[in-house]
Amino acid sequence: MIFDINFVGLIIASIMASSVPLILASCGELITERSGVLNLGVEGMMIIGAISGFALMTVTGSLFIAVIGAMLGGVLISTIFAFLTQTLITNHVATGLALTIFGIGISAMIGKNFVGIPGKEFPVLFKSLKDTLPFLSPILFGHSIVFYFAFALPFFTNYFLKKTKLGLIVRAVGDSPESASNQGINVKLVRYSCILYGGAMCGLAGAYLSMIYTPQWIENMTGGRGWIALALVVFSTWNPIKILIGAMIFGGLTIIQFHMQAVGVRIPVQFLTALPYIVTIVVLVIISRDSRKIRLSTPSSLGKSFYKDN
Amino acid sequence: MLKRLPQKNLECLWEEEKLIKIVKRDQPSRAIFFLTPVLAIFLTLFAGGLIFYILGFKPFEALKFFFIVPIADMYGFSELLLKATPLCLIAIGLSFCFKSNNWNIGAEGQLTFGAIVSGGVALLFYNQEGFYILPIVILAGAIGGMLYASIPAILKTYFNTNEILVSLMLVYVSKLILDYLVVGPWSNPEGFNFPETRQFSDSAKLPILFEGLRIHAGIFLALAAVVVSWFVFYKTYLGFQMKVSGFSLKTAKYAGYKGKKMIILVFLISGACAGLAGVGEITGPIGQLHREVSPDYGFTAIIVAFLGRLHPIGIIFASLIVAITYLGAETAQIFMQIPKYTGQVFQGMILFFLLASDYLLFFKIKFTGLKK
Repeated sequence: MIFDINFVGLIIASIMASSVPLILASCGELITERSGVLNLGVEGMMIIGAISGFALMTVTGSLFIAVIGAMLGGVLISTIFAFLTQTLITNHVATGLALTIFGIGISAMIGKNFVGIPGKEFPVLFKSLKDTLPFLSPILFGHSIVFYFAFALPFFTNYFLKKTKLGLIVRAVGDSPESASNQGINVKLVRYSCILYGGAMCGLAGAYLSMIYTPQWIENMTGGRGWIALALVVFSTWNPIKILIGAMIFGGLTIIQFHMQAVGVRIPVQFLTALPYIVTIVVLVIISRDSRKIRLSTPSSLGKSFYKDN
Repeated sequence: MLKRLPQKNLECLWEEEKLIKIVKRDQPSRAIFFLTPVLAIFLTLFAGGLIFYILGFKPFEALKFFFIVPIADMYGFSELLLKATPLCLIAIGLSFCFKSNNWNIGAEGQLTFGAIVSGGVALLFYNQEGFYILPIVILAGAIGGMLYASIPAILKTYFNTNEILVSLMLVYVSKLILDYLVVGPWSNPEGFNFPETRQFSDSAKLPILFEGLRIHAGIFLALAAVVVSWFVFYKTYLGFQMKVSGFSLKTAKYAGYKGKKMIILVFLISGACAGLAGVGEITGPIGQLHREVSPDYGFTAIIVAFLGRLHPIGIIFASLIVAITYLGAETAQIFMQIPKYTGQVFQGMILFFLLASDYLLFFKIKFTGLKK
């Protein structure tokens, strides 16, 4: 049964599905970090997105409003972060931590009334093509629109950063805010926009979790995915295409758990659950060991505040 | 009116018209350094009242149930000390890291691992009594915390790995290890498969200070940590080195400080403190190992450390204030059906407002008055 080609296709499709929130959140955070801002609040923004999406879906019944609302929820909470770090020049690390603690608290508070409510079915695209090709069709067809968007996003992000003028501005601000500012670029504005964009993507990632992947609201349901997304940005050495590879690896680790349990491998379930976190550490060590490479690819002003004296 | 700040020199003419000017201070103000935490607390109370109002509660009544009712009697006050003890202990340890620019945010994991190691030792002696058991158990907890904190420290110093991410990932791992142990090999053989271990013997439990209250001798560990840290910060060469590294890593390097040794040392200290907090929890109020050893004390202690301005005395006050949010959340849930997560919301807000009011440290607002 394991050698059935369609079954392998199904496994790959499920790995891809579980890597979607990681791709979305890391691509958003990547843009934020490329502009020189380290936002550790990914977990908080994701969980806000998850509850906003689920709550709006339940209340309004419209999936479209829910998805947009989840992104706006992410934007709204990241505005707090942007105002604090950019206008009031606070420490990025501490502010990001506060954002995560606050986000988890607020989401649980709002979500209290939504526990146990079943989610709605999210429409999938190309459903009729699902049985046409062996192996390929479960991978290519029958997924939600967010799924396709997530897998296109790294390529768009790459194009944006490398080929467009705006992308160049973002990179300039991240590498040397002083020179960018002297060139007449409004550093604050660029950083504000990048933070809010990151918030929107994390919100969408959260909405994917609560509306599509496991359509229900569970308290603390992001379960550390936000932190893994942050690690993925380092793993990718700030290159969006590599995020795709990293996210697939972590998606794979999540899926492997289920299959190993199903096959009956005698490993404690806690060990399998811990695997993604342990692998994250190991991968971080391998990537970071080459300190020269890390230094070359890290945005030079990452995590440093920029204040323009008037 | 607050106007847009003019571009350098170009719009000088407009300066005269500004009523309020924001000027950068030459030096951070020391008085404001200790006043802003108080301001942050007031702002948090105000915003909290607002949130209660939005949720449909009477703001003053809700705040009363949150911050005054829980500590109004002797029992409440002892519960406050019980919650403040681990917070203070961990925050003291974290202040060693934060002062020297090391972002250990995995104290929760170090606490859990300390609890695991000391709990394991306590279980070895479960049917024995003796004065020697408790010191061994406490020591085991400190060593457990140190071992766990040494992982991010060593990876940071020798493999250039980001300590924020590593220490945080280890939190999840430690909780899963604990879960595995209490469900599997360490679960109580007579416990009907409940996810918990045997009760420790009385010799492995911290003595209760007052009959009928839960406050235990762990508070002395916290107070000792306060005294020792004050001494180290302000009276030793190590404290000075930490302070310099915190201001500028380049300066520290130039001065010839052994950076790697110091990073490992501060991580070990903070791991030991978190581990001791773990010991205090399982040998104090709990008396056995089970799944939930700590209600996120390790994360909340980060806020305590900042609110206390990384100063030992400040941390004592901060731990008492933040401990109220734990008690308040419970009381408010029972009496007003306010969701218990409000505690976390308050904790997040305190840190937000504290960071925001730091603006006043570096900038002053000048009222120039309208000329003309």
